[in-house]
Amino acid sequence: MFSRDTWKEIFETIQKNKLRTFLSGFTVAIGIFIFVVLFGFGNGLTNTFAKFFGDDATNIFFIFPGRTSVPYSGYKAGRQIEFDNSDLEDIEKNFAMFVDYVSPRITRGGLVKYKNESNNYSNRAVAPSHQYNEKTIMMKGRYINNQDVNNRTKYAVIGRLVERDLFKGKEAVGKYIDIGGSSFKVIGVFQDDGGDREERMIYIPYTTRQHIEKNTDKIDQIVLGFKPQIGYSGAMSLENSLEKYIKSKKFINPNDENGIFIRNVADQLKQNQQLARVLQIIVSFVAFGTIIAGIIGISNIMIFVVKERTKELGIRKALGATPKSVISTILLESIFITTISGFIGMILGTVLLNTMGDTLEDYFITDPYIDTGIAIFSTILLIICGALAGYVPARKAAKIKPIVALRDE
Amino acid sequence: MIEIKDLHKSYKMGSNSLHVLKGINFNVEEGELVAIMGSSGSGKSTLLNILGMLDVLDEGSYTLDGVPIVNLNETKAAQYRNKFLGFIFQSFNLINYKSAMENVALPLYYQRVGRKERQEKALQYLEQVGLKEWANHLPSELSGGQKQRVAIARALAAEPKVLMADEPTGALDSKTSYEVMDLIQKINDAGNTILVVTHEPDIADMCKRIVHLKDGIIVEDKKVDQVRASQYV
Ligand SMILES: Nc1ncnc2c1ncn2[C@@H]1O[C@H](COP(=O)(O)OP(=O)(O)O)[C@@H](O)[C@H]1O
Ligand SMILES: [Mg+2]
Repeated sequence: MFSRDTWKEIFETIQKNKLRTFLSGFTVAIGIFIFVVLFGFGNGLTNTFAKFFGDDATNIFFIFPGRTSVPYSGYKAGRQIEFDNSDLEDIEKNFAMFVDYVSPRITRGGLVKYKNESNNYSNRAVAPSHQYNEKTIMMKGRYINNQDVNNRTKYAVIGRLVERDLFKGKEAVGKYIDIGGSSFKVIGVFQDDGGDREERMIYIPYTTRQHIEKNTDKIDQIVLGFKPQIGYSGAMSLENSLEKYIKSKKFINPNDENGIFIRNVADQLKQNQQLARVLQIIVSFVAFGTIIAGIIGISNIMIFVVKERTKELGIRKALGATPKSVISTILLESIFITTISGFIGMILGTVLLNTMGDTLEDYFITDPYIDTGIAIFSTILLIICGALAGYVPARKAAKIKPIVALRDE
Repeated sequence: MIEIKDLHKSYKMGSNSLHVLKGINFNVEEGELVAIMGSSGSGKSTLLNILGMLDVLDEGSYTLDGVPIVNLNETKAAQYRNKFLGFIFQSFNLINYKSAMENVALPLYYQRVGRKERQEKALQYLEQVGLKEWANHLPSELSGGQKQRVAIARALAAEPKVLMADEPTGALDSKTSYEVMDLIQKINDAGNTILVVTHEPDIADMCKRIVHLKDGIIVEDKKVDQVRASQYV
């Protein structure tokens, strides 16, 4: 059945029936191609969600002050809650078991000048540990350290794009820039995987910011990094006890939803991953639908092919072709074509996915890809189903009596 | 070579059945050239198809070269056809995407003859029918007479015990018909057994024996003096 001669006969038939070959090959190639691309897009969606959070640490809480909505222990509703430096120390002390670090974050924006160049940039006043939760990567110089915080130094760490735009590629470290009217010495340049917005940021010591703003000790928000070992459930209970602790300290009704806000990155990440997974399932569903459509397409083509070849098969049978050889003639031809074109479609789809990278990031698709295993598996699935679908008409053709096939119309 | 006893064949069409062959008794010796005559619808093709194992009989017995042809499954029938029989059809039945040589080589493919030997033999038979130079042409590039000669070469290629031709000249003009009959006579001269179905008396006269079918039985079976086709070509 698999002799060289059989294959030669099949190659000849394929070569001499180009339209037929093209039709069935094209269907299969397109089917696999669309499947691979769709499936890859599904993975790209997941990537996008992962990336939203992936550049920052995920063992993080952001704690924001709010405005109370119910009266409590002598205070009226509508009171603005404020954080100050003592809150940092208290949290660090009371939750030492679970907390890795605590950093304040005071965000301001404004014009930043160097010589004749100027631009608007956000700046964040932070503690040294802030470097961990943003995963700030130093390219040169250094980050803010404890001495800077203690001495309220006017030092600034600037993003890669700030250096590029203000300094036009010249060395920034050691130079002085003007931030909102105060002169700061650049002590470091950083990069960040979080994208351009992050790399247009400037970091300064939080004490310096407080000093500039009339020597206050107020804080905009608190960034808390917990010990990763406590796990997801540990983080959830830490979130609860933190909320209780701060509410009691600030005299907020325990049931007041608006006094403070805690953004739990780990929890959000989990929810988003679940959403991404649902999207992935939907896309895979569509992708497998394509495969099914491909199978239906190839079966229709097989029925058409067999019909078209009825007379030829009748001649072959009159000349001595056994039913088995008729079936294998049809099936081997179809398997050969579907295999070749299936893998062509698969490779083209994979190549397209690989070259796409982040060009579709605006559509929430980042670095789409497909596991080689899944790609090969579905290609083989289509080939096998195509063969099974071809078997039915092939067997029917093998059963047609030669006189019926040869009858002159 | 061929022995047929009391052969019956009917076609069922819905509730009616059409009794086409109603008790045929018929023997053919090796080397004979037999014409099966009869008007259209008299059952000539039906008889030939049964002899060619393309169809099965309802009643009676059929022995080919001492082998009883009974209860053949499709595979066995295909193998017997390949080994014992060569077919020549009115409408040639060449495979349109294969060259003349490839068409002739096809029965040998099913005999599992090697590729090189197939091609050599195919060329040899094409030469015998005078079409060696046309070996690489497609059927669409050949005239009707040439197509039928390719078909004859193909029937010969398997070196069958019996050649069966159903109206081999039915689609050809008379000059071409005589050329084809000339070829068939020469093949018969070489010792091959041939059955020719025809309704044309002049073609039948070019055979050595005429069997006349009417209403499903043989009404006449006579030896004749062969008219040589070569005198007309
Ligand atoms: N497969 C078939 N099914 C039903 N009737 C058939 C079939 N083949 C032939 N017949 C009928 O049998 C009769 C004999 O046909 P056939 O042997 O082809 O005649 P001939 O070849 O002598 O013209 C005709 O009436 C024809 O219509
Ligand atoms: Mg007929």
